[in-house]
Amino acid sequence: MKRFLPFLIIGCVFVLAVGVGWLRYLSKSSASVRTVSTSVAAATSSSKPGATPPHTGGREDAPVTLEEFGDYQCPPCARMAPIIKQMEKIYGDRLRFVFRQFPLAAHPRAADAARAAEAAGLQNHFWEMHDLLYDNQWIWSRVPDARIFFAERAESLGLDVERFKHDMDGDPVKNRLNADRDRATSLGSDRTPVVFVNMRRVTESSLNETGLRAAIDAALKEKSK
Amino acid sequence: MNDRKSFFGQAGLYGAMALISLAGLADAVFLTVERLTGSSLTCVVSASCSEVLASPYATIGSIPIAMLGAAAYFLLFSAATLSAFGHRWAELFLVLLIGPMLGATLWLLYVQAFVLHAFCDYCLLSAVFTFALVGLIFAQRVRGSSAGTAS
Repeated sequence: MKRFLPFLIIGCVFVLAVGVGWLRYLSKSSASVRTVSTSVAAATSSSKPGATPPHTGGREDAPVTLEEFGDYQCPPCARMAPIIKQMEKIYGDRLRFVFRQFPLAAHPRAADAARAAEAAGLQNHFWEMHDLLYDNQWIWSRVPDARIFFAERAESLGLDVERFKHDMDGDPVKNRLNADRDRATSLGSDRTPVVFVNMRRVTESSLNETGLRAAIDAALKEKSK
Repeated sequence: MNDRKSFFGQAGLYGAMALISLAGLADAVFLTVERLTGSSLTCVVSASCSEVLASPYATIGSIPIAMLGAAAYFLLFSAATLSAFGHRWAELFLVLLIGPMLGATLWLLYVQAFVLHAFCDYCLLSAVFTFALVGLIFAQRVRGSSAGTAS
């Protein structure tokens, strides 16, 4: 028996490691959507409005609104961006997407990136800059001066670069960021990305394609009742 | 009596190696799942776990480095367990395995410090486990060679 004991121990550890890893993987990527206990009514009555007008995609009267609080320097937010685009494609007119700025202090360049997106927004190119920031997150997070990178990209989008640079530090942009941050904190957001579907917060473990589809489907079903 | 003492000392060292490898395995499995599910990992000490895990340095091709780490820790655990039960060939395997692991750990520490300028607690914890294993294997080798000289 003693001869086989080490092999038995090794076998048990192997099964345990693979089993626990697999179970954790399944639970994290589970399609089930568990919404937080905050009721919709409670969330809406105490929440701040955020920057107006918000950056939106889709029809204003869509039955489902997906609101994201994002940080351009946050890698999971960058991974969420194509998933949300896919949701917009799948649901078309039934989905309205709202993006809100929530740059975290932990990401030193996130605030500047949010300013760049908002400054581009003042020249009606918010979504182009939004996509550029996520697509190139890996680059501008590491260049010596991210502001030069943002100005170059603004130029490539055909923006008035001098105005863009000026707007980045201007009050309108600052006020929008503050308003979005106030809304995020009033809704209990403490990390990014945070997503609400018709004001119900989608749990972190469901922030994937299947999880978001399940949340949107549930909201559509609720609306059709 | 001395032989018996030495046997238990050696077995104790290998047992410690097995336990540390087990802790490293748990850490690496956790990091592998975090990387595969792409979730936003919250660190206790540093604030940049997600940045490190999402960087291109966290994978080789499509395989997460943490998964390779888990495999390495499992092999180390197996070798340490077999060594504790007196399988001499496994001792050599331990020494052969720890070299590349130490190299990989030093490389990843360099990447975090000088390339990413971001640290991940769980990766640092793994480095601590590797260094502890290197120390134990070194102690075991010194002990083994001094015992050989004495006899």
